[in-house]
Amino acid sequence: MTDYSELTTRDAYGQMLVELGKDNHNIVVLDADVSRSTMTKYFAAAYPDRFIECGLAEQNMVSIAAGLASCGKISFVSTFAVFASCRCFDQVRMCVAQPNTNVKIVATHGGITVGEDGSSHQAIEDLALYCSLPNFSVIVPADSIETAAVIKAVTDTVGPFYVRLARSKTPVIYGAGCDFKVGKASLLLDGSDATIIATGMLVSTALAAAKSLAGEGIRCRVLNMSTLKPIDREAIIAAASRTGAVVTAEEHLLHGGLGSIVAQVLSTSHPVPLESLGINDHYCKSGKPEELLAMNGLAASDIEQAVRAAIKRK
Amino acid sequence: MADNIQELEATARKLRRHVITMISDAGSGHPGGSLSAADIVTALYFKIMRHDPKNPHWPDRDRFVLSKGHAAPVLYAALAECGYFPMEWLSTLRKTGTCLQGHTDSLLTPGVDVSAGSLGQGLSFAIGIALAARMDNKDYRTYVLLGDGECDEGQIWEAAMFAPNNKLDNLTVFVDYNGLQLDGFTKNIMSLEPFKDKWRSFNWEVLEINGHDMRQILSSVEKAKKLRGKPVVIIAHTVKGKGVSFMENNVDYHGKAPNKAETEIALRELA
Repeated sequence: MTDYSELTTRDAYGQMLVELGKDNHNIVVLDADVSRSTMTKYFAAAYPDRFIECGLAEQNMVSIAAGLASCGKISFVSTFAVFASCRCFDQVRMCVAQPNTNVKIVATHGGITVGEDGSSHQAIEDLALYCSLPNFSVIVPADSIETAAVIKAVTDTVGPFYVRLARSKTPVIYGAGCDFKVGKASLLLDGSDATIIATGMLVSTALAAAKSLAGEGIRCRVLNMSTLKPIDREAIIAAASRTGAVVTAEEHLLHGGLGSIVAQVLSTSHPVPLESLGINDHYCKSGKPEELLAMNGLAASDIEQAVRAAIKRK
Repeated sequence: MADNIQELEATARKLRRHVITMISDAGSGHPGGSLSAADIVTALYFKIMRHDPKNPHWPDRDRFVLSKGHAAPVLYAALAECGYFPMEWLSTLRKTGTCLQGHTDSLLTPGVDVSAGSLGQGLSFAIGIALAARMDNKDYRTYVLLGDGECDEGQIWEAAMFAPNNKLDNLTVFVDYNGLQLDGFTKNIMSLEPFKDKWRSFNWEVLEINGHDMRQILSSVEKAKKLRGKPVVIIAHTVKGKGVSFMENNVDYHGKAPNKAETEIALRELA
């Protein structure tokens, strides 16, 4: 049995595919010449007949995956998040979203923590794009253990999914196990002064910020919003009504991601002060992941400051 | 055989009449590309393909991927004539609440496997179907109809590289080479030539036929079925607007419905 806590999210994905592929022969995996990075290489080695190397042709890959799904296959499509979103968006729209085919786009190297490769490789628009598509569900797991649970869940749930994974190692949140359900936020910490809602890599940062704020006597509720679509409205509204202030944090543009979605829910259902942390309408540069996060206001100290600001506005 | 050919030709004329009536009724649509493809579609649905209109999801059926989704009317006409849905549906084309969308929608129309309309994607989708057949040890075949203008799209050539690399000999592609696209003659907008050489250099088996000659259509598919180890592309030379004098080779009828008087003339010519 694989110990997922030791893995990156992409490694967890690769290993879980092998585990699921053993009994579920309908699983097919497609990659566009990056299987050694997305970690679908494990599946390719284990089940070569169900692995399809598409070369550097993402548009072709997505449409092929849909054709396979139309014949009863569960198609997993992997490449880097920038290419999985921007390069083949029309193919995803026409072949997957509109006809509601059973295709799972699992993209690695999401967000700015891809780091040194620079803006061409930093996916900061992918969540907005995928959340805009009818029929799609969109998930960003917080760690490797949740990733394994997510991959199992999307395999068992018919329909289109976009799952965004990271390049670098993500701190373990779910050491004690993960009860992931599509569309359900996970309450990691309870508190009554403010709520921090985070997704992906920023969940562990949110927990660190909450811990630090507790030292000041500020008690935060922390929600891991791994499913961005369908959004868990109840969890957001419950958090807002209990804590009266909300902060969101994500490794994505402020427009169209977690912050926008939470703002929409709050403004229509339960308005409370909201502070959103994310990338503010610009492309980032090469650099170390932690430095890029800090430069973009996504360090734990930035979350702490946002919490104080939100509470002040109550 | 001769009787059969004549029957098929009569069916193709019937499909063309449906196309004219449907588009005229709808007040919009793309007659030219439906008329150029009518003989190929007829051959596929009334002679070549293994399919069962009573069981549109039959797993062993041959598949047809209409990649040039704007030729939906001729496909709908064929499906109705086969009995996939009532003939009365044809008069609902493009109207609010219809199951016959302006471009194909796999969720709405019995017998339609692929949503199309954004060009260049059908060949890739068909490759997925052909790969599934191989994985499942099934002997169904996959047929694709591409437009010539559609071959401007880069994805066609991604797919063109993929299929021979994967030795997909259960895949047969028709190109409806009618020489016209929305803005004008293909040779002026974006010449495809040397077209045959392009496919051949991508390692396809290339056949060239008159896409309005029923015998040539049937014999080219017979050849394609026998060939092992590579996919086949059949470059079908056709006439856009075929069968209606004022529509033939007339770019205006790429995407324009005939008015009442034109419809009467067209139906008379196709009688």
